[in-house]
Amino acid sequence: MLNKYPLWKYLMVLIVVAAGFLYALPNIYGEDPALQISATRGGNVEISQLEEVKSALNKADLAFDSIKLENNLIVVRFKDTASQLAARDIATQALGNNFIVAINLMPAQPKWLADLGGNPMKLGLDLRGGVHFLMEVDMAVAMEKKQEELLEDFKTELREEKIRYRRLVPYKNGVKVSFRGEADLAKAEELLIEQHPKLIIEALDNESNTLSAIMGEARIKEVKDYALQQNITIIRNRVNQLGVAEPLVMRQGADRIVVELPGIQDTARAKEILSATATLEFRQVNYDADVRAAVNGRLPPGSELYYDRRDGRPVILKKQVILTGNHITDANYSFDENQRPQVNIDLDSKGGNKMSNFTKDNIGNPMATLFVEYVPTGRKTPEGKVEFEAKKEVINVATIQARLSNSFRITGIDSAGEAQNLALLLRAGALIAPIQIVEERTVGPSLGKENIELGTQAIVWGFCLVLAFMLFYYRGFGVVANVALALNLVLLIGIMSLIPGATLTLPGMAGIVLTVGMAVDANVLIFERIREEIRDGRGPQQAVHHGYDSAFSTIADANITTFIAAIILFAVGTGPIKGFAVTLAIGIVTSMFTAIVVTRAVVNASIGGRKVNKLWI
Amino acid sequence: MWIKNTIQFMSWRKIAMAMSFLLIATSIGSLATKGLQFGLDFTGGTLIEVGYEQGADLEKVRAKLDSSGFPDAVVQHFGSNTEVLIRLAPREDTNANTLSNQVLSAISTDELGHADMRRIEFVGPSVGEELKEQGGLAMLVALICILIYVAFRFEWRFALGSVLALAHDVIITVGLFSVLSIEFDLNVLAAVLAVIGYSLNDTIVVSDRIRENFRKLREIGPEEVINISLTQTLSRTMITSVTTILVLLALFFVGGELIHGFATALLFGVVIGTYSSVYVASSLGLMLGISRDDLIPTVVEKEGEDQDAIM
Repeated sequence: MLNKYPLWKYLMVLIVVAAGFLYALPNIYGEDPALQISATRGGNVEISQLEEVKSALNKADLAFDSIKLENNLIVVRFKDTASQLAARDIATQALGNNFIVAINLMPAQPKWLADLGGNPMKLGLDLRGGVHFLMEVDMAVAMEKKQEELLEDFKTELREEKIRYRRLVPYKNGVKVSFRGEADLAKAEELLIEQHPKLIIEALDNESNTLSAIMGEARIKEVKDYALQQNITIIRNRVNQLGVAEPLVMRQGADRIVVELPGIQDTARAKEILSATATLEFRQVNYDADVRAAVNGRLPPGSELYYDRRDGRPVILKKQVILTGNHITDANYSFDENQRPQVNIDLDSKGGNKMSNFTKDNIGNPMATLFVEYVPTGRKTPEGKVEFEAKKEVINVATIQARLSNSFRITGIDSAGEAQNLALLLRAGALIAPIQIVEERTVGPSLGKENIELGTQAIVWGFCLVLAFMLFYYRGFGVVANVALALNLVLLIGIMSLIPGATLTLPGMAGIVLTVGMAVDANVLIFERIREEIRDGRGPQQAVHHGYDSAFSTIADANITTFIAAIILFAVGTGPIKGFAVTLAIGIVTSMFTAIVVTRAVVNASIGGRKVNKLWI
Repeated sequence: MWIKNTIQFMSWRKIAMAMSFLLIATSIGSLATKGLQFGLDFTGGTLIEVGYEQGADLEKVRAKLDSSGFPDAVVQHFGSNTEVLIRLAPREDTNANTLSNQVLSAISTDELGHADMRRIEFVGPSVGEELKEQGGLAMLVALICILIYVAFRFEWRFALGSVLALAHDVIITVGLFSVLSIEFDLNVLAAVLAVIGYSLNDTIVVSDRIRENFRKLREIGPEEVINISLTQTLSRTMITSVTTILVLLALFFVGGELIHGFATALLFGVVIGTYSSVYVASSLGLMLGISRDDLIPTVVEKEGEDQDAIM
């Protein structure tokens, strides 16, 4: 019989539509402004902290909706953002250094919905406010550092094996060593090849008794990947210190890192902390050297000239680094007995050993703390990237009083604020190579809210206009198309809420508006076909049957090509544009379903198998 | 909307051609001489949008920025007179990290009132260059993929005709942005890609009908077949355009300032796309010598379907 669906098809339509409604539902409840309190460095949040926060909030007479401790997180919900922000300051003060208080939005749907996996759509940064950074790692510096490391390694290895060399200098992306005779060269070659299997080590043809050790393509890639990965880890640590809920730190391409911080207010501090390249080096002071001669350019071998950060006094340091900031496991700031800021440092065991070995033999000698920071020079490399240069300043020279172990302190810091920042940077680790922000997109909370309102209004208006037009033009069938259009919107929102990676952006909302306009196309195609069939003299049932059948391949072709465009948009687009592509693509799929299957089900259920004289179309 | 008599679309195709050529020539001419006014996404630079409590005096903001070391800042209202948009050209001394903060603190004074940060966008010059390349590439890849799909699904003349029609739409839409000096940014690029999707949608519907009619109406010449097909699909073409234009008008008027360029590109693109699917794609197909023979191979399968349905 014509225009009859089997029962399972009706059931399928019902189930899909019900699921669509269910998963679109959380969006109606929206999100509550909330605080999310977690412990630093994987510590535990106890019920006592919850009580502390609660009493602090009560004391300040600040109303909150609920406070809960779950999954090692305290979540406090508020009515509005104003009390949320005020509460953040109160909670931060109450809990102190060891807890991170982050502001966040928490889904407000009832528990049964959350248990079913229902969540509201994730909003993009342009809708909820926040910062998007694209950072570029300076690989030239990473390579230089690697080269310096090689030089040091070679020096030690050759010395340990008692192979004497004449010159050891940087060469291409590695080093070259020249020896006095062939015997030394051969011995060294054997040793170095064994020690450094990843380097390309060979004797040079044009220089006698000289061998070069350079990195091959694969090794270079490895070094760069490592540098990028290391930087990502460190930026992640720093982001955690900033107190942002749901941050995103992700690799992009060969030398870039994407950082997204939703809902952050103080973007200036975020930028300062994220791109800071500060680290420390501990070095021995060369107190035998003549400072005046050094200032005039006559430096003793193996030494370097630096200046004190505060008074500009020249200090001569030995080139060899006792310890770098990499071995620091924890750093806190406090005040000494004279109320001067200081930073207390803990080292890992390797660092502790190094420090202990060095200080044991050098009690009574001065040791300097060198502050290293990479700053842009304002010049560009030939590839058009910004050049960085290391700025090294002595922040403290102290006489070693006793053998140090893996815990000690440094003084000589200007202000408490600086001590705080230094401690934070040391704690989070130093970037292996300097980074630069090459793209920033920040949306303030007020604009985000406005964007949501405008986008919603556009969707509502567009939707109503199309509904009115279809009703006017197709009458009874117009109602069917409108039901399909409304369901399409529900399914689209339901799927957007269900897919974890899909975020709603402002262009995404524009995509929904466009989908509303274009989704009726399939119904228009079908209805026009039905009208044609009626004109050609077919009966109503035949007309409906043929209308749907012959319009199908056209609809499929038309939608597949638009789908191709959407996929390409997704592949090459950035952030918000991706959001547009996602809604467009999902909209195509859902509109095919609602416009073809759902309308057919409605039409079949209402006229199928009955005698119909005239179609209301 | 039912048109009883077949409209002789193809008899006007020379006029349409002339018009298309004129539009394309104008677009290319404007693009070559005037170029596009690329937005921040492509040129690089810094953009800061702030909101004041009360209407802001642009002259004062300019003067303040000038004295704070930003003489090159472009200052304008955005949407309403409480919102101010400040643009800075890319700088070589790249303290871009702190640039926006400096600007913000400079223009938030007792005299001017508190400036609420609404939006900061900073794009480094190299990133802008890349986005430009990527954008162009996206457009090309989209066109090529579509060419392949349509060629596979229909026939190469249809494919070439529809892709040329798409190129026609893209050039004229982009040309409009050049002629009217509207800013061309990433959102507009997305809109142009969406225009490709829309226009293609239209073209496919028409081509589908042409193919069907070639099979059905065996005694009639290609020109007439095209006319009949265009007439039959005309009402659908118009209705879909109307609904799409309705939602785009909603977007244009209530969607806010940020989405303006996007809505403009789509509105114009939909109009051009509708025109091109009627005139450009099919008349190009006709010029390329489309005929019944090209579409014969699949006839058998289609006739089988027909019989089945009548039973």
